[in-house]
Amino acid sequence: MKPLHDLAVGDVLPALDLGPVTRAQLALFAGASGDHNPIHIDIDYARAVGQDDVFAHGMLVMAELGRLVAAAFPIGALKSYSVRFAAITRVHDALTCRAAVASISHVADERRATLDLSVIDQNGEIKLVGTAVVALPSP
Amino acid sequence: MIDRSQIGLALEPFTVMAEPGRLRFFAQAIGETNPVFVDEAAARAAGHPGLPLPPTFLFSMELDGPAPFAFIDRLGIDPGRMLHGEQSFIYHRPAHAGEALTFTARIADIFDKKGGALTFVVRETKVTDAAGGPVADLTTVLVVRNPGLREVR
Repeated sequence: MKPLHDLAVGDVLPALDLGPVTRAQLALFAGASGDHNPIHIDIDYARAVGQDDVFAHGMLVMAELGRLVAAAFPIGALKSYSVRFAAITRVHDALTCRAAVASISHVADERRATLDLSVIDQNGEIKLVGTAVVALPSP
Repeated sequence: MIDRSQIGLALEPFTVMAEPGRLRFFAQAIGETNPVFVDEAAARAAGHPGLPLPPTFLFSMELDGPAPFAFIDRLGIDPGRMLHGEQSFIYHRPAHAGEALTFTARIADIFDKKGGALTFVVRETKVTDAAGGPVADLTTVLVVRNPGLREVR
């Protein structure tokens, strides 16, 4: 990737390919994240409320997409991060996280990039769309 | 139908702290191997006083409060019909392991879409440090599928 201070509109960050979602991962994330909603870890509960199976926490997908941003920018550069969960992520879905520079702005003396973010599955279904704003280093 | 008079409801503030071990567990669960988030020496070398919180961890800290789902009961929401619709974070500064952070939340809005098939509940949370300084603002949008109406997803 080119130096952060050279980032321009249209530049694409390195994509992040994730392996298929596993049940073990959902159980680990339930414990680590503190979100113990049984819809993500208990298939009996999921069926009782009308789902075919458990499904991933939206916040797991948001956290994984956050890895892409945190790999490219120091954590202190992150000004905002927001997403809309567009579709449920199911067990075995293989996700790809993507980010591209949508605009560059100036706030006081600081240059900031607005990133368009998305996560798609193996069929191209959009799971999540979002935006992050990051401060860029001075040239 | 969720009672619109609950708009503006202030939730009980609470203060919690992220432990380094919990942050490592979280990093493992999301596949984060960047040393800054798991190795205190790497974090310090990057200028942090301790392990920094990954971008979404404040949402988990909000679940660490004494009664994270009390407002769902209070609003009469069936958890089996609830989905996380949107989530946003505005960061005023990075936060770190060992910091006492106070979460002060309110129900900012409740509204319907799709002819009443879906009800949206918006919770806004301010996160402040021990000195009262701003750390981050969180907005959580929950989507409730109302019974008796066509399921949209």
